[in-house]
Amino acid sequence: MSDSEKVKENFNIEQQAKKPAASFLNLKSLFSKNPGDLVFENITRFFAFIVFLLVFIMAFEMIKASMPSIKQFGLKFITGTEWDPVDEIYGALPYIWGTLFSSLLALIVSIPLSLSVAIFLSEFAPKWLEKPISLLVEMLAAIPSIVYGLFGIFVLVPLLRTTVEPFLGKELGFLPFFKGAPYGFGMMAAAIILTVMILPIITSISRDVMRSIPDSQREASYALGATKWETIKVVLSGSKSGILGAILLGFGRAVGETMAVTMVIGNRADISLSLFNPSHTMASVIANEFTEAISDLYISSLIEIALILFIITIILNAIARLIVWGVTKKYSGALN
Amino acid sequence: MKGKLLLLAAMLMGIFSTSSFAQLKLNGAGATFPYVIYSKWFDVYHQKTGIEFNYQSIGSGGGIRQVTAGTVDFGASDAYLSEDQMKTIEQKQGTSVIHIPTVMGAVVLSYNLPKVGKGLKLTPEVLSDIFMGKITMWNDSKITAINSGLNLPNDPILVAHRSDGSGTTNIFTGYMSKVSKEWADKVGSGTSVNWPVGLGGKGNEGVAGIIKQTEGSIGYVELAYAVQNGLPYASLKNKAGYFVEPTFDAVSAAAAGFVKNMPADLRVNITNADGKDSYPISGFTWLLIYQYMKDKQKVEALKNFIKWAVTDGEKYAKDLYYAPLPKEVVKLDLKKVDLITYKK
Repeated sequence: MSDSEKVKENFNIEQQAKKPAASFLNLKSLFSKNPGDLVFENITRFFAFIVFLLVFIMAFEMIKASMPSIKQFGLKFITGTEWDPVDEIYGALPYIWGTLFSSLLALIVSIPLSLSVAIFLSEFAPKWLEKPISLLVEMLAAIPSIVYGLFGIFVLVPLLRTTVEPFLGKELGFLPFFKGAPYGFGMMAAAIILTVMILPIITSISRDVMRSIPDSQREASYALGATKWETIKVVLSGSKSGILGAILLGFGRAVGETMAVTMVIGNRADISLSLFNPSHTMASVIANEFTEAISDLYISSLIEIALILFIITIILNAIARLIVWGVTKKYSGALN
Repeated sequence: MKGKLLLLAAMLMGIFSTSSFAQLKLNGAGATFPYVIYSKWFDVYHQKTGIEFNYQSIGSGGGIRQVTAGTVDFGASDAYLSEDQMKTIEQKQGTSVIHIPTVMGAVVLSYNLPKVGKGLKLTPEVLSDIFMGKITMWNDSKITAINSGLNLPNDPILVAHRSDGSGTTNIFTGYMSKVSKEWADKVGSGTSVNWPVGLGGKGNEGVAGIIKQTEGSIGYVELAYAVQNGLPYASLKNKAGYFVEPTFDAVSAAAAGFVKNMPADLRVNITNADGKDSYPISGFTWLLIYQYMKDKQKVEALKNFIKWAVTDGEKYAKDLYYAPLPKEVVKLDLKKVDLITYKK
């Protein structure tokens, strides 16, 4: 093989590598490639396309099934606050509120906590301490949500009712967040359970991201005379997009969590800023009412809630992607 | 070796199966409330006859959906079908549905008042006021008036109800609608309703959890659940004016009180029954059977099974915390079973 032929061959390979997804079945390269590679390539492509198909089918089926409710209520479904299966009036606002409010609260509490743990694990902890802590944090993620729910009912709720909520009500009762009777069951219990559930996700991903920042950067920072704290800031700014991704994964988990939340949130379709107030979430109402829903409009309304949950998740993810892209661009620009 | 095993298996089958239905399998789906006794029945009947049952306890609503879609041989529900549902099934499946009451359950009012203990009495009016949020304190004069012996605390009442759709809620709200016009107008009855007050717990265990955890709470759970968990429960004033504790006999008495005016299709809500021994919040659970079935073997199998279940099978009821059917209702069931026929 002459040199020019080699260059040509390399060029061909590059071309193929550049446009692997030009057509669904890459027939052109059928003869120039190892048949095993080709089969493998097309199998993986097939499954990658199935993901598209799956999302599309899900969206299509949900829209189709929620058509009766969309026609009946229109936008009122989203703005309505009454949910009455007996009179067939369905408004989902309290559930949307409950889902977003509880997840947001959980996020507000868990971001500083998990970032602290992640920073400690990645920057400070000695090896003998880091291993067991990491393991324990990851074990938290493996606990089934029903166990969190039971822990909530038997430990957290009584504690909130007898100690935490009366105290907060007495000391901070002038704030809208701490008004009302302390039941124990309610938004606060749900937010705390969710915090514990999303903590391991945010922590372990953030730690991995920070760990992946090369040590040469830390050394460079020290060499320039930076303190430990300033060096950590360098590491943090390098792992911004990854941490953001971790936070959004945590948020996704909180939005979709069903069992543990429904066990402690009190299941009342109210909209209130108070953390003491019982609330309800979209995932809970579907899990609670779907099995016994008989009338067509009722089922259709529950499916429309699922559709809204689906759309909210997609929007959140889209926003997350945009932020991540923005941050990455800025960061890589700064490097160049 | 394999051949020998097969031969052995065939011989064993021959010995243990007394009918020709050895391979027959019946599919059912529906209510979760009677699941425990149904599994017992299916198991015992399988050992007796070799007929296999596959029952999915997906909830009454799911059972009705599957019967409507024709994906099961029989359904089960804690609520009888509405006229509309019956019509839909008739249109889709070309056959009407027969309701067969199998066992009964009761809904009890459990509460958490450690200083009071057992012995709380309630009237339908007071109960309705509590669940409407009109009576909010335990020492309200309306409650103390009927509980003269008890020292009721000056504490707020916390109402607990089911958050999931359930037959238990259907029986309870059905009763409330019967005894309180206000309840019927403002809340109504169904497997899920728009509750005026209170916290929702998922399942009997969720409601019991709220009650156990919260002093001053009151909520409704299935009798079986309250008995098994040792929760205190209130006695309730019945239609005849007597305070009755929820017991299996009081539930059976309620059904017996209804036998005289039982509708021909056995679709009846037996809450607020006549008779001085009747506990007022009780209900049947039904099997939903197609009147005309397309499989001859299945018709025979199902008929024989139901006949056995509502007669001999009832003896398992009390051990599993269900109230057995009174004899009068069993008779009506047996007549209904004869209507099931094979038709292509």
